[in-house]
Amino acid sequence: MAGLSRSEVEHVAFLARLGMSPAELDRLQGQLNQILDQYAKLAELDTDAIPPTAQTIELENILRDDVVTPSLPRDAVLANAPEHRGAFIVVPPILGGEAD
Amino acid sequence: MTTDLTRQAAHEMALALRDGSVSARDLAVAHLEAAERQNRALNAWLTIDRPAALAQADATDARLAAARRDGPAAIAALHPLHGIPVALKDLISVEGGQCTAGSRILEGYRSPYDAHIVERLRAAGAVFLGKTNMDEFAMGSSNEYSAYGPVSNPWDLNTVPGGSSGGSAAVVAAHHTPLSLGTDTGGSIRQPAALCGIVGMKPTYGRVSRYGIVAFASSLDQLGPFARNARDAAALLHAIAGRDERDSTSAPIPVPDELLQLPASDDEAAAWLRGKRFGLPREYFVAGMDPDVERRIRESVAFIEDAGATVEEVSLPHTDYGLAAYYIVAPAEASANLARYDGVRFGQSRRLEAADFIADYLATRGEGFGAEVKRRIMLGTYALSAGYYDAFYVKAQKVRTLIKRDFDRVFATGIDALVAPTSPTVAFRFGARLADPVSMYLSDACTLPVNMAGLPGVSIPCGLSEGLPVGLQLIGPAWSEPVLFRAARAFEGVTAAATWRDQEPTDLGLADDASGPTPAQRAAARAAR
Repeated sequence: MAGLSRSEVEHVAFLARLGMSPAELDRLQGQLNQILDQYAKLAELDTDAIPPTAQTIELENILRDDVVTPSLPRDAVLANAPEHRGAFIVVPPILGGEAD
Repeated sequence: MTTDLTRQAAHEMALALRDGSVSARDLAVAHLEAAERQNRALNAWLTIDRPAALAQADATDARLAAARRDGPAAIAALHPLHGIPVALKDLISVEGGQCTAGSRILEGYRSPYDAHIVERLRAAGAVFLGKTNMDEFAMGSSNEYSAYGPVSNPWDLNTVPGGSSGGSAAVVAAHHTPLSLGTDTGGSIRQPAALCGIVGMKPTYGRVSRYGIVAFASSLDQLGPFARNARDAAALLHAIAGRDERDSTSAPIPVPDELLQLPASDDEAAAWLRGKRFGLPREYFVAGMDPDVERRIRESVAFIEDAGATVEEVSLPHTDYGLAAYYIVAPAEASANLARYDGVRFGQSRRLEAADFIADYLATRGEGFGAEVKRRIMLGTYALSAGYYDAFYVKAQKVRTLIKRDFDRVFATGIDALVAPTSPTVAFRFGARLADPVSMYLSDACTLPVNMAGLPGVSIPCGLSEGLPVGLQLIGPAWSEPVLFRAARAFEGVTAAATWRDQEPTDLGLADDASGPTPAQRAAARAAR
């Protein structure tokens, strides 16, 4: 398998929302490629006729009644928010603020 | 029975509580003192909550006194864990308490509710002493990836306790508590149990509810018990197992009471082995395996055979592909699970002046996560990204099927359980595997296929190699925990006279030194050499 280029490492870091220094990205590029080399081993196996396994116990379609149950106390949840105003968690603007 | 309360087994403590010779407060105090005295040297606890533990202990003593007034039936109705100290890995939610998962990004976070297993343990009357150190988000095999510093192994303070549940294993080995809980995604209970010389079980996927547990890889994660003997570990599993509506992957399968009925007598336990069939998977004797560890495993097999069981060589041909498949599946699931740490609703947060929200995310996550967690998120994000999903993720899921079929085929022949090494080596020195992530990943080569197949596995002590503990792994079909614990208890029976059984962790005395080096200082000194 072809290795990850430096710009691909940067792209994946952006997709994963991980801000990293150039030195960190350099180090990661080498380490990730070393790990990706291990993945190549899987190509030895012919798996065309093999179904994928996503979970291992034979449970299917676990449903519950659609009823309201008590939820967490609002104060306990808000206490963990970095910023809250009244009953609301303050989130960063995502649609453009006054500056735009 | 010794006079030092911390040297007793949990089932001995339970008897002493019932006959009134000891109180839950006595037990809590004795263990808290040991934990507080030695935590500088071990760094195995992230919190030791003396006031909460004593309050819980007093409440259980009051219930015990009431039961004693009500008569023998009321005492018999108490759970075996009533009044017994327990330590919790710091990814298990306890209402109002910290839950860092070993990460800076959860510093200051307080759990708004109890995990399901915490509710269960409270109902059983267990006493929580505190929360234990761990690799960040349970990613690691040495506890060196904790944001709160490494943990020393009580057998040799210059070596790691294993991971990711390194703190939970070390505190049981050091007699700070008879019981603790961990999680196991690729070996994170069994490998540290092996390296610390104690019993640790990963139950069948679905056996224990994960409600209130910080998620790593949701198709692999399971909670399980640590103890110094099979009976205590089985009792702890009994207390936490069973269906919970709030975790739809917890299975509606009855919890067998057999877990509470393991024989007290060594001879009776050993007799169970007669006529049982064990498989020895040849692929588990991997390249790079310490020859002395292999000798301990082969000697263990001889003990099992001498007791009247047969041990036959079997093959699990896709074992060698487990590592690569695991390191696609687990990081992929982790990258999705850890997307929630965005600094908006909870956890550490960076809000940059005059920057957009994506810059905030990049800073929050870039600063909040450690190097190993970033590596895994990167791997997972890549494996799931457009154009690579089929080549990596689906391929790994198909290989997972092959690994599961290997186990199914062997168990279909009537094999009761597999015997294998837990870890290819004994505890290693600080720093030994930090420079090379793949060498760290290989620590779990013998344990991660079991997670991939969703099966139960238990690691039990089986001797020493150059003074450090070796773990024997028993693997069974789904829902066979009672059989695995019977086998584990039988192994205790057949090795009851072995001298290593009575040996205390070598460096426990050294851990009493209140001015000695911390694990971080030991690791730094090692790195400087």
